Amino acid sequence: MNKETANNKNLSSAGSASIINIKTGLAEMLKGGVIMDVVTADQAKIAEDAGAVAVMALERVPSDIRKAGGVARMSPPALIEEIMAVSSIPVMAKCRIGHFAEAQILESIGVDFIDESEVLTPADEEYHIDKYGFKVPFVCGAKNLGEALRRIGEGAALMRTKGEPGTGNIVEAVRHMRRINAEIKWVCNMDEAEMMTAARDMGAPFELLKLVREEGKLPVPNFAAGGIATPADAALCMQLGAETVFVGSGIFKSDNPDQFAKAIVKATAHYDDPAVVLEASKELGGVAMRGTEISEIDEPMRMANRGW
Amino acid sequence: MLSKSVIGVLALQGAVDPHRLHIEAAGAEFRAVKTPAQFDEVDAFILPGGESTTMLKLIERFDLWDVLAAQFAAKPVWGVCAGVILMAQTVLSPAQRSFDLLPITVERNGYGRQLESCHVEIEGYKVSFIRAPVIKDAAESVHVRAVHKGDPVWLESGQYMLTTFHPEMSLDFPSPMHRAFLARVEKFYAKKAA
Repeated sequence: MNKETANNKNLSSAGSASIINIKTGLAEMLKGGVIMDVVTADQAKIAEDAGAVAVMALERVPSDIRKAGGVARMSPPALIEEIMAVSSIPVMAKCRIGHFAEAQILESIGVDFIDESEVLTPADEEYHIDKYGFKVPFVCGAKNLGEALRRIGEGAALMRTKGEPGTGNIVEAVRHMRRINAEIKWVCNMDEAEMMTAARDMGAPFELLKLVREEGKLPVPNFAAGGIATPADAALCMQLGAETVFVGSGIFKSDNPDQFAKAIVKATAHYDDPAVVLEASKELGGVAMRGTEISEIDEPMRMANRGW
Repeated sequence: MLSKSVIGVLALQGAVDPHRLHIEAAGAEFRAVKTPAQFDEVDAFILPGGESTTMLKLIERFDLWDVLAAQFAAKPVWGVCAGVILMAQTVLSPAQRSFDLLPITVERNGYGRQLESCHVEIEGYKVSFIRAPVIKDAAESVHVRAVHKGDPVWLESGQYMLTTFHPEMSLDFPSPMHRAFLARVEKFYAKKAA
């Protein structure tokens, strides 16, 4: 069954490709794990020793980005290089939405994955990056199926929920994960004739929507991000269908980063076994980051609303 | 064997599910395994691709080292990418603990980072090298079945098989490597029964 087609060049387990795209291939390797935000080489070592599958090299974690205000940009290359030098696991870095020049710099540094992220201040309010133009894989956030398929249509190799980063509040990630699941079920139950109208209403590429219907899932892996702060949060997201979790502020803004990192890794590996998640929850050795109620955040400051 | 071979893919972390359709197409049963009770129920293991450090930490943290070592001594094992690293005698850059199942030395991420990841044809079948390790040294007792860029990438020795690449990312089921491993499993048990 070798019928690779031009418009499916980046798809994962698409029935029409003969092999999973090499970019999505790396995302497949990250499944069942925890990706941790780190701001120093020391934190990267703690993350790797705790069993992280990858680290996200940042200048500030999302909760500090919120506090600092102003414009949040790509991290300084020297910092990213320093973290890459001490890490044997993949290193990811963020660029601003639409800022393809930052992405070019990150690709030149040689990072393993770029997150075109709403955590940073968007550089373009109309267009996201043409991710097919890069050799390095991209991950993007989505709140719903249409948004996920638009990003995949632009070449994203991996999706994640947006959640509400830096809040330690899981409610938005849950909302986005459930919304995408519900919309996938809806599409699968649709009459053939309803498909084009659904694609128009969702703003989703029609061919990708057809693929979702055939496969019963997104054409690339889907991870959870935004507000994960405890082993229980990780287990919740995994049980809702996330294939890996990103933990941003949740680890290094907790009382005991080393123990939090280990516990979240443990809970993620056995997310469906409450006895292990309980054990992990007892091993935290400190309290979680202080959470923020979403209604306390003014609408313009909500990161999930960035991008379209 | 009378019944289908049961192939357990170690499911602590990594690319577990992509093996399912290959294993089934090759005529065996797929099982994702992560507990000692589940290990007992399988005839052979696949140590999948993923992050070897993560798997190593989880094996240690869940106290699975001795259990797995005993399982690996008694059953066929195929290591894919990160799995090769777990099975090697010696691991470089950085050095880390391993099960020492066969006399090879392996260098992690030996080809470089993700930008070096690529599709390559091995015995006419398209496979994926993803941040792959490089086998720097293998004892003569280890049979090299395929070579890429001068490095051995598909090796066999006794009940063990290694591929530094991923055939499970291919959607043409089953891969020749899954077929070869299944043949090895069947041969192992036929010999044991004889």
